[in-house]
Amino acid sequence: MREISYSEAIKEAMTQVMREDNDVFIMGEDIGVYGGAFGVTSGMIDEFGPERVRITPISEAAISGCAVGSAMTGMRPILEIQFSDFVVIAMDNIVNQAAKMRYMFGGKAKVPMVVRLPAGSGAGFAAQHSQSLEAWMTHIPGLKVVQPSNAYDAKGLLKAAIKDDNPVLFYEHKMLYNLKGDVPEESYEIPLGVADIKREGKDITIIATGMMVNHAVEAAQKLEQEGIDVEVIDPRTLVPLDEKAILESVKKTGRVLVVYEAVKRGGFGTEIVSLIAESDAFDYLDAPILRLGGVEAPIPYNPKLEKAAIPQVSDIYQKCLELMNK
Amino acid sequence: MSNELLFQELGLDNQDLKKMLYDMILIRKFEETLKQLYQQGKIHGTMHLCIGQEATAVGACFPLNNEDKITSTHRGHGHSIAKGTDVNKMVAELLGKVTGHCKGKGGSMHIADMKVGNLGANGIVAAGLPLGVGAALTSKMKELGYVVLCFFGDGATNEGAFHESLNLASIWKLPIIFFCENNLYGMSGSIKEMTNIESIAVRGSSYGIPSETINGNNILEVIKATQDAVERAKQGNGPTLIEAETYRWEGHSRSDARKYRTREEEKEWKKAKDPIDAFKEILVSNNVINENEFIELNEKAQNQMKEAVEYAEKSDDPSLDTLMTDIYA
Ligand SMILES: Cc1ncc(C[n+]2csc(CCOP(=O)(O)OP(=O)(O)O)c2C)c(N)n1
Repeated sequence: MREISYSEAIKEAMTQVMREDNDVFIMGEDIGVYGGAFGVTSGMIDEFGPERVRITPISEAAISGCAVGSAMTGMRPILEIQFSDFVVIAMDNIVNQAAKMRYMFGGKAKVPMVVRLPAGSGAGFAAQHSQSLEAWMTHIPGLKVVQPSNAYDAKGLLKAAIKDDNPVLFYEHKMLYNLKGDVPEESYEIPLGVADIKREGKDITIIATGMMVNHAVEAAQKLEQEGIDVEVIDPRTLVPLDEKAILESVKKTGRVLVVYEAVKRGGFGTEIVSLIAESDAFDYLDAPILRLGGVEAPIPYNPKLEKAAIPQVSDIYQKCLELMNK
Repeated sequence: MSNELLFQELGLDNQDLKKMLYDMILIRKFEETLKQLYQQGKIHGTMHLCIGQEATAVGACFPLNNEDKITSTHRGHGHSIAKGTDVNKMVAELLGKVTGHCKGKGGSMHIADMKVGNLGANGIVAAGLPLGVGAALTSKMKELGYVVLCFFGDGATNEGAFHESLNLASIWKLPIIFFCENNLYGMSGSIKEMTNIESIAVRGSSYGIPSETINGNNILEVIKATQDAVERAKQGNGPTLIEAETYRWEGHSRSDARKYRTREEEKEWKKAKDPIDAFKEILVSNNVINENEFIELNEKAQNQMKEAVEYAEKSDDPSLDTLMTDIYA
């Protein structure tokens, strides 16, 4: 199999679906010859032209509403919000329009759209360009939320997201764009709502999301040398959430660490902890559930501070040692 | 242009004219009926009546066909009726019944009817504009040939979504009509205090959009302006901004004591500028209808409302198990 990057995988998913389905088009700021802020859409305008690769003004409120309006009348837009932080300017259309339309209208509308959201820290963009706000979206019924951690998943999940008849928020991590991985050339979909076991183990379950999945796998490899066998679960989609896969793993290992990049307070990992606490898997726990998340501060500019703001491989390693001693 | 000239130029036949007058009367009766139902405690929540704005709703929708779309506002009952939305189901929706347009889940501010191109009322001020831009984009990309008309109030034009939508529709030359019902107030905020411009229409020029201000209480003027805008849109010449001057007779919503305006002002609009009276006068002086027929149309509309209320009251509440349906497709 060939190796391509996470960003190439995302482009390939969009390109393949756009070849099959004329209703699919992409829209966003600078996504034409510039290829978007992260080059994800580079070259797409050459194949599909400016009608289907629509370069927009810097107008998050209008383009998000335009995506909703075109979706409810028969198109399947993919909207790129240049940095996921700017989605706050589009929030009315996502929270009050896209998510509510179907319900408010008694089932008589559907809103098949995808919003692509480059998120996360690590690139020195500081507080207004580095956030991980995905938990906000999971709080809104009517939305689906996807967070792929590698190139293979990104391609398959994005295809499923585009074909889904609901509004889907697709969180891409900026620091993963260059990460290469095995990705089949042919078309495939990864259904939303199916978690993946990134590494099997029997001592500890780490449930990690987004970028943190990769950190967790790396920590698990190190812990192996200590004789600790870690299982890493990647939910891949936060809504719908594969509760079964998580709970089965917890029952198997009896020890749980939840890791996420977003601010620890109120992050999605908090939801996962509650899920476990409220389930029969709770009886299987041999130690309290531990949580690792970002610090309760905006993402700082200084690289040392920036690194300290979110969980690192060493933090995960340390937490696992703690868990085993309990 | 005089009413007589307009009358000839628009080339409307008597049937069209009577239907429009009837729709205006029906909207007024609808709103009056709702007011009563509200006072009887049969409608919960709030609602925003459009009495006094019947000419803009009916006039703007008249040049549209079933494929053409509208987006509407919190004050959307008139727009829905004018676009052909079933009145029985509208009352049912307001009473929260399962037979309502939205199965009782939407209520006054979310009435939608895709079958007649009614993309929905909206509880968020100015939100219908970018949605309309998207629907117009669909029309253009799929070459469907329909136009979209977005209703909104004067207050909405101070929202960012208004400005962004006009710009986007203009650069993409979309088949869309931005139709502002300038009723002089957004809740308590008068247009004079909330903007420092002489008219809403001037805002179109910033985006390269042809714009005009019209008398929104003269339905013939409304039809003329909208027809021209539809024509422009269908020929691929992009959006138009229409500012129609009108007045809402009632308060903003049911709890409004209207302290921000004088009773004299209200009286003037109600007496001298009633859009239904004005249209009736034109029709009578052109021998399209006589006084008796006018009374008949009123009775007919009143009866239709009576039936609609009966239909709604006989309908069931939605069953509790619909609480969790229609969230995801
Ligand atoms: C974004 C937003 N802000 C505030 C409100 C509360 N609100 C509802 S209607 C309204 C006034 C709107 O005025 P205008 O657009 O002129 O319409 P009109 O009521 O005159 O028809 C306000 C402030 C809202 N629904 N949405």
